[in-house]
Amino acid sequence: MLASLVPLTEYAGMAESETHQAIEAVYRMERARLIAGLARMVRDVDRAEELAQEALLIALSEWPRSGVPNNPGAWLMAAAKRRAIDGMRRETMRARKHEEIAREIDGETDSTIEEIEAAMDDDLGDELLGLIFTACHPVLSADARAALTLRLVGGLTTDEIARAFLSAEPTIAQRIVRAKKMIGNAGLAFEVPRGAELAVRLPSVLEVIYLIFNEGYAATAGEDLIRPALCAEAQRVGRILAGLMPQESEVLGLLALMEIQASRLAARTGPDGRFVPLPEQHRARWDRLLIRRGLEALLRAEALGGADGPYALQAALAACHARARTADETDWRRIAALYDRLREIMPSPVVDLNRAVAHSMTYGPEAGLALVDELADAAALRNYAPLPAARGDFLFRAGRLGEARAQFEAAASLTRNETERAFLLERAGRCGS
Amino acid sequence: MRVMVFVKATEDSEAGIMHPEWMSEMLVKMGKYNEELVAAGIMLAGDGLKPSSFGKRVAFDGPDRTVIDGPFAETRELVAGYWLWEVKDMDEAVAWVKRCPNPMYGPSEIEIRPFYELADFAEHMTPEAEQIHEGLAAKLSDN
Repeated sequence: MLASLVPLTEYAGMAESETHQAIEAVYRMERARLIAGLARMVRDVDRAEELAQEALLIALSEWPRSGVPNNPGAWLMAAAKRRAIDGMRRETMRARKHEEIAREIDGETDSTIEEIEAAMDDDLGDELLGLIFTACHPVLSADARAALTLRLVGGLTTDEIARAFLSAEPTIAQRIVRAKKMIGNAGLAFEVPRGAELAVRLPSVLEVIYLIFNEGYAATAGEDLIRPALCAEAQRVGRILAGLMPQESEVLGLLALMEIQASRLAARTGPDGRFVPLPEQHRARWDRLLIRRGLEALLRAEALGGADGPYALQAALAACHARARTADETDWRRIAALYDRLREIMPSPVVDLNRAVAHSMTYGPEAGLALVDELADAAALRNYAPLPAARGDFLFRAGRLGEARAQFEAAASLTRNETERAFLLERAGRCGS
Repeated sequence: MRVMVFVKATEDSEAGIMHPEWMSEMLVKMGKYNEELVAAGIMLAGDGLKPSSFGKRVAFDGPDRTVIDGPFAETRELVAGYWLWEVKDMDEAVAWVKRCPNPMYGPSEIEIRPFYELADFAEHMTPEAEQIHEGLAAKLSDN
């Protein structure tokens, strides 16, 4: 898109390996850090994005002649800073804030690319972390945080984000504009929170990464490819976060959870595009590398004393399935114990229902029935198909076929998913009449 | 996409020569580079390999199997180390490799190879092959 602004003839003399494509690849690698550093400087996300873009244009016109510099990040930052100062000089700077910023930046004009590079080396990703924490600030709604994170950290376009979330482009555009405005109004400083503040703010970052991941995980075959790509995007941000905050056990817990879940992505879809439930998946299709990485991250989370974190516990649950060679070898006793623990840490009717399933697999269908009976009144599970489906399964296994049939039929009437409905009606049929 | 990045061997690396001053300097640079790869969220795995004099080859010809001891001759075609990366595309992989400090004392090469993805094999996967791979996966999951 941007390359079209620079005539291709200008690349004459440039080695073929360093065309605009290569320049844009370098830019993509630097973009988030660039925006992070610039946003902290000009205190305006929009302007920071513009400046980064302008730096790319300058690179596209200069690098074909000069070659890609050794320190492209610092080079782009220097170019963007110069543009920022030029822009401010052109403006009439009535606002005192602008004067201050201009003075601050002016003081830096003499800094060489080497100095900027050294500063960026010392930064150790702090600016990028600051950007992530700002994009995921709790003053913003979870949806706005997700859109902004994908835009600023992932470099996705508004159109791509809209397609990924099955929303209209203007809706997402507006959501991002509002989020940026809120950040500006709240005077957020693009800093990484410290100490107690960090503990308060981290969950809203993790929540957003997992939300992005799950949106991708929920994608079905035949949908726009940008949706499953959200999983990769979330994993990437999760890996970045784990690289920058290696002491935070829940960051590792979330990463472990995502890596293990993602290891099953290919196995979840059959040749006909049909969804394949976990027990029926061909485990040969599970990605061993991701499982190994997930298990390693989980071990690190546990070694940091984080075994009881909500994400680490969910990762431990996912790990039980990942370790089982066949569905029959699943360690249900451990899964039941983990759900007992998760229920205390993160109470939710859905956790309770999964716990009932785990208990039924460990201690028999009667144990499962006793637990779901306690859930019958939970408002959140009213009209929730998995509840009667689970109860139907327990009854079926207990030999109470007539009652099981009624539950499967109830579940079938509640689900909106056609494949699932067919599956449930088939189970009802097998109960006899 | 997933790529394997091969550091190719040189006469020095094959001989196990480690120029002391250069080596300690390179290790620092390489450590920093690896940190960058981790911080960028692209590095999945990576390691260095001992010279081919520590290695063996098995040659296949019909039913025959012949074991050949290292070192092997085609020095510049040998692998001295590898990374496994998850990147957006080959352009990104190339841009990252360009940023790598020269891993060798003299001139050297790094090669980037994309992985086959599941879809590339789908049509060749017979039920029998599937079953065998499943057994393999089961054994792999033991560790």
